[in-house]
Amino acid sequence: MPYTAHKPPRVRSNEELRAAIPGWGADLDPKDRPSVPKEQFDPEFSGAHWEFPERQPEKWPRERSIEHKFLTPVFGTTTPPKGLSGAIRKYSYKKYSEGRAAHWLLLLAADRVDAWEHHLASFATLRPDNPITETGVLSEFTRHGIASRTGTKRADLNHQWIDPIIVGGPWILAGGLAIAAARRLARLRQT
Amino acid sequence: MRAMVYRGPYKIRVEEKDIPPIEHPNDAIVRVTRAAICGSDLHLYHGMMPDTRVGMTFGHEFIGVVEQVGSSVRNLKPGDRVMVPFNIFCGTCYFCARGLYSNCHNVNPNATAVGGIYGYSHTCGGYDGGQSEYVRVPFADVGPGLIPDWLEDEDAVLLTDALPTGYFGAQLGSIVEGDTVIVFGAGPVGLFAAKSSWLMGAGRVIVIDHLEYRLEKARTFAHAETYNFAEYDDIVVEMKKATDFLGADVVIDAVGAEADGNFLQHVTSSKFKLQAGSPIALNWAIDSVRKGGTVSVVGAYGPLFSSVKFGDAMNKGLTLRMNQCPVKRQWPRLLEHIRNGHLKPSDIVTHRIPLEHIAEGYHIFSAKLDNCIKPLVIPSAN
Ligand SMILES: NC(=O)c1ccc[n+]([C@@H]2O[C@H](COP(=O)([O-])OP(=O)(O)OC[C@H]3O[C@@H](n4cnc5c(N)ncnc54)[C@H](O)[C@@H]3O)[C@@H](O)[C@H]2O)c1
Ligand SMILES: [Zn+2]
Ligand SMILES: [Zn+2]
Repeated sequence: MPYTAHKPPRVRSNEELRAAIPGWGADLDPKDRPSVPKEQFDPEFSGAHWEFPERQPEKWPRERSIEHKFLTPVFGTTTPPKGLSGAIRKYSYKKYSEGRAAHWLLLLAADRVDAWEHHLASFATLRPDNPITETGVLSEFTRHGIASRTGTKRADLNHQWIDPIIVGGPWILAGGLAIAAARRLARLRQT
Repeated sequence: MRAMVYRGPYKIRVEEKDIPPIEHPNDAIVRVTRAAICGSDLHLYHGMMPDTRVGMTFGHEFIGVVEQVGSSVRNLKPGDRVMVPFNIFCGTCYFCARGLYSNCHNVNPNATAVGGIYGYSHTCGGYDGGQSEYVRVPFADVGPGLIPDWLEDEDAVLLTDALPTGYFGAQLGSIVEGDTVIVFGAGPVGLFAAKSSWLMGAGRVIVIDHLEYRLEKARTFAHAETYNFAEYDDIVVEMKKATDFLGADVVIDAVGAEADGNFLQHVTSSKFKLQAGSPIALNWAIDSVRKGGTVSVVGAYGPLFSSVKFGDAMNKGLTLRMNQCPVKRQWPRLLEHIRNGHLKPSDIVTHRIPLEHIAEGYHIFSAKLDNCIKPLVIPSAN
């Protein structure tokens, strides 16, 4: 009780806990805890044999945070920036530091553009995007979609219904627009 | 090779990609034998993490066999079985030199506020991940560790993130003998945090979630008392009652950016991306810890702002501690605990999904179907 000086009495003694729980108290001594203290100076420990790593070749202008002094010696090379999304990304990196909301909001916007650039491009390939297989939603039928959501109280049911709208909505809209455009074209041809 | 590829929010598929080449003399190429899907991957999958590009391969929990090494690699050779920490780190920068491997400054050009992580967007360095047949592993002399002969693959893959993160989360709590510890979240990280709290001498461990099947695991696997927050009008008051109105000495947030429990907070974060993460669990942690207590945050949040209750944290004189887990630092002690039988990480594995079916694996884990706690991914090459 916080209104008086002493800690509440223990529910179970150390002996009881030791008997019930494997390893209880094995790391009671902070010396046995690997991340205590937080910083431990030991540059040799890691197995590195350099003071500063060799530099990985930069094969295209690699976008980077303006809070960095230079391009880091090692970096990832997957999916270089391309198209409109790439232009937005490069602009965001060049212009805004990580401290600016604009930096992150532009990157999020670029992500949405990137997805639609790829969806549209995929229709010109032998493997167009398929929202049914790519969302894995068919597992609802094989992995107990209904039973998993009934019988107990789950707090996420109040918003799960939004997912199909967010994911499927733009596809239905795009499909509708495509059909309308095709009809229009057909009618124009007839006249 | 076959690899999982992101196609936009909630959409992924398996594609044919080139086997990654060596790009730096200290690189290794690893053939993946087991990977896993992490709660963190869900933040990417839902499109919450800025600069997540279509075409990227996710996956930061994986083990495998060394296929090829760069010219300066000394500590590994082809054929070695390795477990690879989710952090990419150089070993010698200001931060690595002090053991802060998750905060390396030499591996992520895209951001200075976060280190390098496999398959975790360009904001974490733009590296492809291990939910594929092969993966490029930078700083092969520094990151990967040899898997001891006695250690099973499914235990090893959990040593690359989930177990060390839970163990680290308990350390951040600075638990002293007899402390009452509350863990928010009964996912893999929360379950391991609860289990680790006992190792550090907790007197009581309480786990909170809204998924009954996970709370059941918290009782059997982590020996915890449990509460389903969806059953209570106000879980914070319940926690005060449970601690004779003192509050807990230590609270661990093992939920992160997609916390449930408040429609607006969840929807503005997870669905509409107006804040970097739903701070419900974090705010509950701040409110249910005692004054002067410690809140440990291992749940992950994005780089934008979130509406965190900072005033309460300040008025209560709290210590807030947090980080991405420096995985490799945890290994020697965790291997001892596994050997001594204190921990059996693979007890939480519920699903083993062939790489070709990974889209369904993500849906099952994301929608919490089929009593899923930890899904492993099995690449087709084996
Ligand atoms: N710091 C690190 O190094 C690190 C490493 C791995 C994972 N993480 C983060 O840890 C978090 C958990 O990861 P996981 O793999 O266990 O994910 P998970 O999605 O399996 O688990 C999250 C759990 O939290 C529950 N939950 C939701 N809202 C809650 C609330 N308000 N109160 C209590 N519980 C609530 C969910 O039902 C779920 O069981 C994620 O945010 C992940 O990104 C951090
Ligand atoms: Zn993770
Ligand atoms: Zn470093």
